[in-house]
Amino acid sequence: MGAPVLSVRNLKVEFVTRRGVLKAIDDVSFDIERGEVLGVVGESGAGKSVTGSAVIGLIDPPGRIAGGQILLNGERIDNMSPEQIRKVRGKRVGMIFQDPLTSLNPLYTVGEQLEETIQTHTNLTRAGARKRAVDLLAEVGIPAPDRRIDSYPHEFSGGMRQRVVIALALCADPELIIADEPTTALDVSVQAQVIALLKRLGRERGTAIMLVTHDMGVIAETADRVAVMYAGRIAEIGPVEKVVRQPLHPYAQGLMGAIPTLKGHIHRLTQIPGSMPRLSAIPPGCSFNPRCPFAFERCKVDRPEAIARYEHPVACHLYDQSSAKVEVASDR
Amino acid sequence: MTDSHYVDVRDLRRVFEVSKPWLNRILEGGDRQFLKAVDGISFQIAKGETFALVGESGSGKSTVARMVVGLLPPSGGEVRIDNVPMVGRASSTERQRLRRRIQMIFQDPYASLNPRWRVAEIVAEPIRAFALIDGERDIKARVGELLSLVGLHPADGAKFPHEFSGGQRQRVAIARALASNAEFIVCDEPTSALDVSVQAQILNLMRDLQDRLGLTYLFISHNLAVVRHMASRIGVMYLGRLVEISGGRELFSSPKHPYTRMLLDAVPDLDMTSRQRLPVSGEIPNPINPPSGCTFNPRCPFTNERCRAEVPLLRDGVACHAIHEGRLSPLAAA
Repeated sequence: MGAPVLSVRNLKVEFVTRRGVLKAIDDVSFDIERGEVLGVVGESGAGKSVTGSAVIGLIDPPGRIAGGQILLNGERIDNMSPEQIRKVRGKRVGMIFQDPLTSLNPLYTVGEQLEETIQTHTNLTRAGARKRAVDLLAEVGIPAPDRRIDSYPHEFSGGMRQRVVIALALCADPELIIADEPTTALDVSVQAQVIALLKRLGRERGTAIMLVTHDMGVIAETADRVAVMYAGRIAEIGPVEKVVRQPLHPYAQGLMGAIPTLKGHIHRLTQIPGSMPRLSAIPPGCSFNPRCPFAFERCKVDRPEAIARYEHPVACHLYDQSSAKVEVASDR
Repeated sequence: MTDSHYVDVRDLRRVFEVSKPWLNRILEGGDRQFLKAVDGISFQIAKGETFALVGESGSGKSTVARMVVGLLPPSGGEVRIDNVPMVGRASSTERQRLRRRIQMIFQDPYASLNPRWRVAEIVAEPIRAFALIDGERDIKARVGELLSLVGLHPADGAKFPHEFSGGQRQRVAIARALASNAEFIVCDEPTSALDVSVQAQILNLMRDLQDRLGLTYLFISHNLAVVRHMASRIGVMYLGRLVEISGGRELFSSPKHPYTRMLLDAVPDLDMTSRQRLPVSGEIPNPINPPSGCTFNPRCPFTNERCRAEVPLLRDGVACHAIHEGRLSPLAAA
């Protein structure tokens, strides 16, 4: 197995503002193995996209990485110069963003964009790059790639555009792909096709994928492991079937219960009172304590660290043997 | 009028002209082009019921919503609410009285509230517009009452919309919709801009309000799971037409139309049961040049010659030749 493709250790990201320093990411650690899909899930403001941006060195001032390490196949990439990180980006780490229309240049054909990226990162000739571009378009499932390669982005539909973006991310055969909400802008029938494509690519090429999304359904379909983020921290991380079916953290439990499903016609959805705190007003102790139905005194003062004693790490005092035992209901 | 036809939509149509400007047509050639956004839709909503329209983007569901509330004049067909026609013959006083009872909740709570107005003013606007209550003190009391009804504090009325989160703003929008004692509320994707935990709060609130006030909802959404949770009857739209209409339970347990089956199969599965799925292919075609016959025929695995030539009519709750001819049987309940 060897070293994980991506290893994030105690990452901290801060934004310096006039009103003080906001901690967007506070002590986050995770690994992604070769061929593995790690789903990062959370609601808006949880810090999932910032985590993705930090990995590829796209945190711009006033944001800054304030601590921790990011290792790509054992090599530190968080302290590289902008020049060095540019070589990593695109070549060793591919990126897929939410909106395919804004990640493609409308003035160039998709072929020109693919060829440019291929020639930047490999030493193929123009003809070789064009051939590789056609192959990539075929691989992501674009029909008649040898003709479509000379089309402009606006001539593609939303789903096809996202396939082009995936092809762009694959240009240099990266070790890791960061997909930030890759299906959010797409309709369900197209979303299913893009999910199937991502899964197949991860499996066939052995690419590690960090899949950032707010959609638990997409995670359940695609990911091998899932990290649930809340207010800049990982609340729970573990195998997808465990976290989705028997979540441990009260936030993860609430999140799963809040999602309407196609199956049952339950009268009420579980609702978590309140909403995610602002970064400027993160409560002391466990950041979830004001919304947590099981919160007790310790939660208000003492910040929980991930407890690995259970089947998978969970950051919650309920599972700490030394604190008062509370029975947690799990109905999923 | 019977209660089962509280809202009666008959053969509703809407055509948009998408031609180039006149001078360009003269100079560059090209004919006038029309887009049939809604092409002959009929449905009824009973009083106190939630009827949902689902479909992917471009299927025309929002256009239907806008025509039903009267924000957009139909190109053809009829909308009657409580037996009063929304267009045409009815006397304006009658329609004025009806308007008060119809309200709409929009998708984006950041765009649907005036950022320069305080929340109390926003919620009071329908009360003032329809002159429902006289006297500032009574209006203020009613606004406080409405804000508590949707789970906000009466004192929140002094704030501006930007001081609220997305979910709270959607609560303000609901309070405004209820301010004129509305009976029928058209909700166009009311929760798609919200996070799941907040979405659950809003959906629960909407159902509680329906139980308490006997509201009738027309619920527009692309999210099948949300629709499953909210609606008692569901219509599935594809390229401006209703392809299937049935009770919520049946639609999910034994879907008939191939498009409905494909949509259901495409929804990511939270339970991770590796069920048998119909492979999804293709995307919604361009509505300016829709395929001939059944508009779903290029994506449908059960297509034959007739599907390519003849538009299927909605019969027994489904518009599909394969089902009507008995070539395809409704999916048995699992």
